[in-house]
Amino acid sequence: MAFDLQPDTDFMAEAVDHAPGEGSRWILNFGPQHPATHTTIHIVLELDGEVVVGCTPHIGYLHSGFEKQGEALNWNQYVVITDRMNYISPIANNMAWHHAVEKLFGIDVPPRCKYIRALVCELARISDHLLSVGTAGLDLGAFTSFTWAFEERETINDLFEIACGQRFHTSYSRVGGLMYDLPDDFWPVFDGLLDRLPRMLGDFETLLTRNRIFIERTKGIGVLSKERAISYALTGPLARASGIARDLRKDEPYFCYDELDFKVPVADGCDCYARYLVRLEEIRQSMSLLKQIKKQMPPGAVNVPTALGLTLPPKKDVYGSIEGLIYHFELVMTNRGFKAPIGESYGANETANGELGFYLVSAGQPTAYRARCRPPSFIHMAAYPEMLIGHVLSDAVAVLGSLNIIAAELDR
Amino acid sequence: MPQPLQQSGPTPQGSPPSEYPPVVVLRERFGDIALDPRDDVARGRYVGTIRVTVPADRLDEVMRFLRDDPRTRFDMLADLTCVDYLGYPGLAPARFGVTYSLLSTTHNRRLWIKVFVSEDRLAVPTMTGLWASADWFEREVFDMFGVVFTGHPDLRRILTAPGMKYFPLRKDYPLTGLGERESLPVIRREDA
Repeated sequence: MAFDLQPDTDFMAEAVDHAPGEGSRWILNFGPQHPATHTTIHIVLELDGEVVVGCTPHIGYLHSGFEKQGEALNWNQYVVITDRMNYISPIANNMAWHHAVEKLFGIDVPPRCKYIRALVCELARISDHLLSVGTAGLDLGAFTSFTWAFEERETINDLFEIACGQRFHTSYSRVGGLMYDLPDDFWPVFDGLLDRLPRMLGDFETLLTRNRIFIERTKGIGVLSKERAISYALTGPLARASGIARDLRKDEPYFCYDELDFKVPVADGCDCYARYLVRLEEIRQSMSLLKQIKKQMPPGAVNVPTALGLTLPPKKDVYGSIEGLIYHFELVMTNRGFKAPIGESYGANETANGELGFYLVSAGQPTAYRARCRPPSFIHMAAYPEMLIGHVLSDAVAVLGSLNIIAAELDR
Repeated sequence: MPQPLQQSGPTPQGSPPSEYPPVVVLRERFGDIALDPRDDVARGRYVGTIRVTVPADRLDEVMRFLRDDPRTRFDMLADLTCVDYLGYPGLAPARFGVTYSLLSTTHNRRLWIKVFVSEDRLAVPTMTGLWASADWFEREVFDMFGVVFTGHPDLRRILTAPGMKYFPLRKDYPLTGLGERESLPVIRREDA
């Protein structure tokens, strides 16, 4: 006795016309609240049996007007908002924001500041990629890889806490420098992380890289050719997994990356498996970068000279000299502070997900006139339907996981 | 204000924007359009970004040329945004400046294209036929500024809710909103 498994049309998102002879098509609402979307995304899938024939993402559930707030908060305050964009690696967003702002101001930060910024960016990249490759397994039912990856993510969060007092919402950078220099107790934890990571990555690879189930679920899934990837403006590991040899750290060097030696991994698989491999190799490259940065870290100040009127003077000067006190009050009094030059500028960093850029328009005010964020997640999500259509329903999570969509950055 | 010390990126340093190779090529090909590669809008300046102003009705052919010509080869539309110049100090040609950020992965060059449109004719041709990324970018600009991209296959709001009546990133829209949050319908348990 066969059961009639016709879907209940009352729960459909919208009515679908059954084209004659095409079998039964039905609508599945994936999200907005679903563990495999990681965050709040609503995807309406049109299915023919189990094959996805249509896919319409509905985004905006987490839209909080970040760009509008950028027109009301000043150049230092907005760093708090950038923490909330990609909350998997928030410190990289801080650095990207102030990199763009300093480009608008036309100032050059001291070498030590550049090295520290590059260091925390690489830590953030490792942290982000660990989550991404960990959940690549989790979404396909392999829970262990996720917990192993998260263990070292905790250490990285500890490092951020030591550096700036906050594990997640770091707000570490300032215009013309950083909140603090790195404290001395940062380095033992840092060395411990670098000691353990290679072993942990090796163990991690034994779980997934040659795992037959994982390979069959990811290889050839979510393919996007090089031409289409360029057309969709993909950047970061997604672009490099589609054969686009592009990395802003090499192509438009910022901070101290032109003084460091690293390779940019590129794969030509164009599928979820290639993205996983690229991310793993990027973790290895970042580890090598971290060692070089620690070795070459120059001494000196982390902030630009106080006389430029952009950074707060050290407390010793505030209480010990009249100039320090004046500089301090010039910045903290509500009708003072500093103003940006009139103009427009674009600054971008290579974050873990891709090119995170800020297009800034300044009207000579203490706040931005327009603070456009180029969010990699938003751009990557636009390519999702094309990657998914033609695959079966269970691949929806594999492809979404490989994109590493962060909805707070997607919706801003 | 301190002097510019470092400008990262592929933008040439020191040479004026009019000597930037893509701008030279553009001027050669579109001599009839008054391209505008000044490095300032009114008394402002463009820092490390070279932009060309193109009239909306010529945008399609200029963009197609920039994408396909081997000397420019801007194969990626890296970003598309809009700026509302209402009350901007200095004279913008019109209220809205739609800004295209082009990137050439072969030459590693960037170029910004600006199209100024005024409130009475808020229409710009769509770029979805040239770059796939234009689809969502244009929906976002439509959602936030109300600029209509003629020819776009699916110009719906993307970030705000479907019933939204305003364009939030316009300068005349207040930061605290116009009461959308307070006027949400309340559904009681017995009515649900």
